[in-house]
Amino acid sequence: MAKTILPIGPYHPLQEEPEFFTLTVEGERITDIDVRVGYNHRGIEKLSESKTFDQSTFVIERICGICSTSHPFAFTRAVEDIFPMEVPERAQYIRTIIAEGERIHSHLLWLGLAGHFLGYNTVFMWAWKLREEILDVMEILSGNRNNYAMFRPGGVRRDIKPEDIPAALRRIDSIVPTLEMLKNAVIDDPVLHARTKGVGVLSKADSIRYSAVGPTARASGVARDLRKNCPYGAYDKVEWNMIVTQNGDVFDKAVVRILETFESIKIIKTCLDHLPEGEIDANITSVPPGEGIGHIEAPRGETFHYVRSDGTNRPVRHKVRAPTFMNLPTFKATIVGETLADATIILAAIDPCYCCTERMAVRDETGRTLLHGPDLVRLSQEKTERIRREMGAEPR
Amino acid sequence: MFAYPTYFVLFGLVLTAVLGLLASWVDRKVTARVQYRVGPPVLQPAIDLVKLLGKETLIPAGAHKPTFLAAPLISLAGVAAVSTLLWITVLQPSRGFTGDVFVALYLLTMPSLGIILGGFASGNPVASLGASREMKLILAYELPFVIALFVPIILSGHAIRLPDIAAHQADAGAFVLHPSGFLAFLAALLCTQAKMGLVPFDVAEAETEITGGPLVDYSGSGLALYRLCKNMLFITLPLFLVVMFLGGITLSVLGIVYGALKLILVVAVLTLIRNTNPRIRIDQAMRFFWFPVTVVALAGVVLAMVGW
Repeated sequence: MAKTILPIGPYHPLQEEPEFFTLTVEGERITDIDVRVGYNHRGIEKLSESKTFDQSTFVIERICGICSTSHPFAFTRAVEDIFPMEVPERAQYIRTIIAEGERIHSHLLWLGLAGHFLGYNTVFMWAWKLREEILDVMEILSGNRNNYAMFRPGGVRRDIKPEDIPAALRRIDSIVPTLEMLKNAVIDDPVLHARTKGVGVLSKADSIRYSAVGPTARASGVARDLRKNCPYGAYDKVEWNMIVTQNGDVFDKAVVRILETFESIKIIKTCLDHLPEGEIDANITSVPPGEGIGHIEAPRGETFHYVRSDGTNRPVRHKVRAPTFMNLPTFKATIVGETLADATIILAAIDPCYCCTERMAVRDETGRTLLHGPDLVRLSQEKTERIRREMGAEPR
Repeated sequence: MFAYPTYFVLFGLVLTAVLGLLASWVDRKVTARVQYRVGPPVLQPAIDLVKLLGKETLIPAGAHKPTFLAAPLISLAGVAAVSTLLWITVLQPSRGFTGDVFVALYLLTMPSLGIILGGFASGNPVASLGASREMKLILAYELPFVIALFVPIILSGHAIRLPDIAAHQADAGAFVLHPSGFLAFLAALLCTQAKMGLVPFDVAEAETEITGGPLVDYSGSGLALYRLCKNMLFITLPLFLVVMFLGGITLSVLGIVYGALKLILVVAVLTLIRNTNPRIRIDQAMRFFWFPVTVVALAGVVLAMVGW
């Protein structure tokens, strides 16, 4: 049968973000895939280097609308790692609560989208309706529905008021039955089984070989969760279970995410019940020279930030590695050999977030880096200058 | 009462279109309620249609122009012709002709054929993929659909006139109440779901997989005609099922009310099926229709032959 190249993207009704998959198909069967990202590059690392440590958290929060807590969380931990310093316990608890709220709404968002990709719009609407409830809880706790602006190096910006806690707990309790129903509707649906079981399998060996992270790895039987393996925040002070499944198919990835939302609810409730008294901010005034790393378990996996300071009030280097960057290559293992009908759900199964991933380096085939950060900055400035000239502006 | 052309224009096209838009509103409203949404106002399907008609019609450079433009009309003509037969059955039974069941059966594949034709004519790879899926789907559901339709024919004493089948039920009760009729109705209902391209059998359009398949390059009036055709199927196919299995519609106040209720019931069931299932793959759809559904339809035929 003849080979056909089928593009998905860069703009495709299926996707909310620009990314480009080139699928090589024979009939309905996929024989190869090429992934290209970089359509949404905004130079956030560079922007972050031009802000003070305190301002940077606001920029970093906008790397991605869904992981608006994971990135600041990892960044503040990286800055605190430069000292190194201890963050007040109450702030740790508040950080944990906000991060888990984000995990719930992120997983529900994914569940809805996965349903939509499978043509199951009822799941789509139900999941997003539930997500609204969680966003309301987050509004009660932080004042914001999505970009919470709670994090700052050394602690959190705002306290959770004791009088808000009962209302938040009530709202959380009220969504559990609906979530339970949605869980059963998804996990027990035979037609969903037919569509997702045994589809897009990422074996445990492949998962380790490609260094998959987060639910993508945990669905393949790799018991790796930073919250357990390398505890931070208040995760080692509350009871919760790491969800691990063995099959690595789309269904298992969905199951991991659905069950994780229940664990997150458990963590939030325990943290709200046992919120310790005390300061919420260590009030740091300057950052010493040095370098630090911060990594946390975002909804999609490990988010990694590297920050270098020269003792001034700005980071001189800030590097971000988002979980999708690690999970993207697993498509080679999961999608080749599957049918085109399954392509979209397999591509969606890692819960990709491309705006998180948009950072670049230019390498040759052997993996040697050809252009480094300063080269890219120079290229970018040259291009801006060229465009300015083309538009008739005075040379600078 | 009327001449055939009058029936075609007045009932086949106009009445079916109006009721079809109404039925698709019922579909959208029920869907919305199932999904915690408010849903559109009654006129929304009509407004959508008018809006689409006013949009520019783009013809892709690689398309076969005459076929590309004619394809939606072929679909529309097919639906209008079937619904004409069905309205004649309801309104003026004496005008039905021997064998119109089979004519209806053939005409009911026309909308799908039009979609396939349009998809291939557009020259878009995704459209051809969708068209080939539609073709496979036809091969899958036609067999059980035809077998299921044997049941009312057998039960009505081998009548192959739609009015006779309806009249037989008016005397002896709807066929769906027989065990054989029930099985056949079940099979035919699932085939109807596939004929209309509704989830779980919307593999040909599958927006999130192949961006609408055969319709991907259609815009403006071409797309409007396909939409209208789909809306009209939303009343034509339920009407066909009502005539074949649910006792038809009799011309009295009570009869019309019952008839409308039956139609709404069928539409609502189709809507509920589409809202409680994900889309299945084309190979799964083919297996589903060839094995379980065909077996159910055959069981219906066997039961009908022994007189149940």
